[in-house]
Amino acid sequence: MNNLLRNRQVESRLLVVLIVLCIGLSLSTDTFLTMGNITSLLNNNSVNLIWAAGLLVVLIAGGIDISFAVASSVVQYLAAKILIGIGGGNWALGFLICGCAGICLGLVNAALIHGFRIISIVVTIATFNVFFGLLMFFSGGRSIYSLPDWWTDRVILFEHQAPDGTWSELTLPVAVMAVCVGLTWLLIRRSNLGRQLYAFGDNPEGARRAGVSIAVMQGLAFGWCGMMAGIAGLMQANIVREVVPNALYGRELEVLAAVVLGGARLGGGRGTITGCVLGVMFVAVTQNGLNLLGISPFAFQMIIGAAILIAISTSNISLASLRAPRAEGRT
Amino acid sequence: MTTLIERGRAFFGRETFGLLILMALMAAGFSIASPRFLTVASLSSMGFQAPLLGLLTLAMLAPMISGGLNLAIVYTANISGLTLAWVLLQAGGPEAGIGAILLGAGAALIVGMAAGAVMGAVIAYIGAHPILVSLAMMIFLRGLGEFLTRGGDISGFPPALAVLGHGTFLGLPVPLILFGIVALIWHIMLRRSRHGFAVYMVGSNIRASEYSGIDTKRTLVKIYALSGAICAVAGILMAARFNSVRVGHGEALLLVTVLAIFLGGIDPFGGHGKVAPVILSVLILQMLSSGLNLIGANQHLATAVWGLFLIAVMILRFGRLATLFRRKD
Repeated sequence: MNNLLRNRQVESRLLVVLIVLCIGLSLSTDTFLTMGNITSLLNNNSVNLIWAAGLLVVLIAGGIDISFAVASSVVQYLAAKILIGIGGGNWALGFLICGCAGICLGLVNAALIHGFRIISIVVTIATFNVFFGLLMFFSGGRSIYSLPDWWTDRVILFEHQAPDGTWSELTLPVAVMAVCVGLTWLLIRRSNLGRQLYAFGDNPEGARRAGVSIAVMQGLAFGWCGMMAGIAGLMQANIVREVVPNALYGRELEVLAAVVLGGARLGGGRGTITGCVLGVMFVAVTQNGLNLLGISPFAFQMIIGAAILIAISTSNISLASLRAPRAEGRT
Repeated sequence: MTTLIERGRAFFGRETFGLLILMALMAAGFSIASPRFLTVASLSSMGFQAPLLGLLTLAMLAPMISGGLNLAIVYTANISGLTLAWVLLQAGGPEAGIGAILLGAGAALIVGMAAGAVMGAVIAYIGAHPILVSLAMMIFLRGLGEFLTRGGDISGFPPALAVLGHGTFLGLPVPLILFGIVALIWHIMLRRSRHGFAVYMVGSNIRASEYSGIDTKRTLVKIYALSGAICAVAGILMAARFNSVRVGHGEALLLVTVLAIFLGGIDPFGGHGKVAPVILSVLILQMLSSGLNLIGANQHLATAVWGLFLIAVMILRFGRLATLFRRKD
């Protein structure tokens, strides 16, 4: 336990804060600890968690990705066009198209980063502009409302009626999120490739000399992130039942903040799936709690920003003396 | 514009020279494609538009040279603009005098600097990563702005303020003059002052500069505070140009500033880079979007072209780097 605390300092602190937050909220409001609230919290954050899982892999490999949220929009739009074009389709086809399109977009990033040795933040900012610009140009900013029925139908995996008659339910995106998070955990913790990812992120040159293929690592990290972005796009369309080209624009930075809050290091080589989930949930629970406490929605972002700022400031205090300053922002 | 080019030529750096050629080619291309491109009207509209992006880019520049990043620039500008607006409204809105404008501008600068200094302090004394700190600051400032304005706009400023946004002086747009002055100060600060030297040293090796006696922590705080001050200038300009302040104005410019900086040949790891090529790349981006607009392409296509442009420039640079290495072998 002691060992765990030392090795997973950021994660365990975040867990404690999250637990305190949850206890505080369940004491101060009578709606927080209800089935309905918890399920809606999960439903509403599944897309963010899928993104976070993908982004975590890129961060571990020492990269950064700004383009994933826009990539989701592109994939969504392409998939909607293709599926309507072939007259319907089904979930299997939807996952296949979205997954593949996402991987392709991710591999574009990886190819530019590896092929021309450009650092990942530059490439993904460029592709962010390219993806978004082209999407808005070709779509003309028009939304697609006539999605196939299977895509917009709510798939309920679990439902429960509370004594007072309110329904709580878990929908398909939650299950998909769980699978995505699980697969990412398998990849980074239980596979050979995952170990190579950590090694590559921590010291690219060292990993290269030890026989790790850099091209494969970049392709894997960005391809994985792209695949998650594609799946997140599919799920987001399932939740909102339409495809709006600019709906996801601007959400990438918040997800990035949440993942880094969960202990993934910008610069690579560190980060766990637990921390990543905790980071996203910390932001989600804070927002949810503010909502339940009846605080003006206009103040939400301010308080969340302040919370993240305080969390960073405190989580680094004891580490700052231990950790030697590293060269910032590597490829 | 001509003075800028002359200044760019005076430096004669490789980046500057390449960008100058690129800019000339682009101007030629666009003036062939559209007869309206090289007219006074279109040039002066560019002169009014470019300074905002330019100022924000300068605000991003110093943190970038020091090896960091300031993602909060746009919202720092918004919050500073709000401060100015608040002072003006207290002084009677449209009837406010020059004194109130000066007071408001001063308050805006202080607010911008304070926001920057907080970021700098967290980065310097706690050792958190600049991307994360400025990201959190960005979310906080945006929230603060939304909380204060309830998401609406604040308008009704005295006509004297509009001169700053729309006036001309000796035929040159006032915003462009303002931008020129700030850029010159920035250039002198980075290349000629003690602090500027420390910025480059911190960017190339923070450990070594600490051991060589540079107060790296104070340097970092100063970098971000000054960056905040430039954001405040941008915020004041924004208020003057749009005659209103709204949180989220100029939001899309954030990533464009990073794009302009990389186009200007700044090393993303810090330690290298000059002001002149960055100003050129701001002008190039402005020309691209104005030119495409004149040809009749839409704004979104221009966004995509910006991105492709950055990739193309990075690939060309890689090619040059590769030939350099081959020669060494």
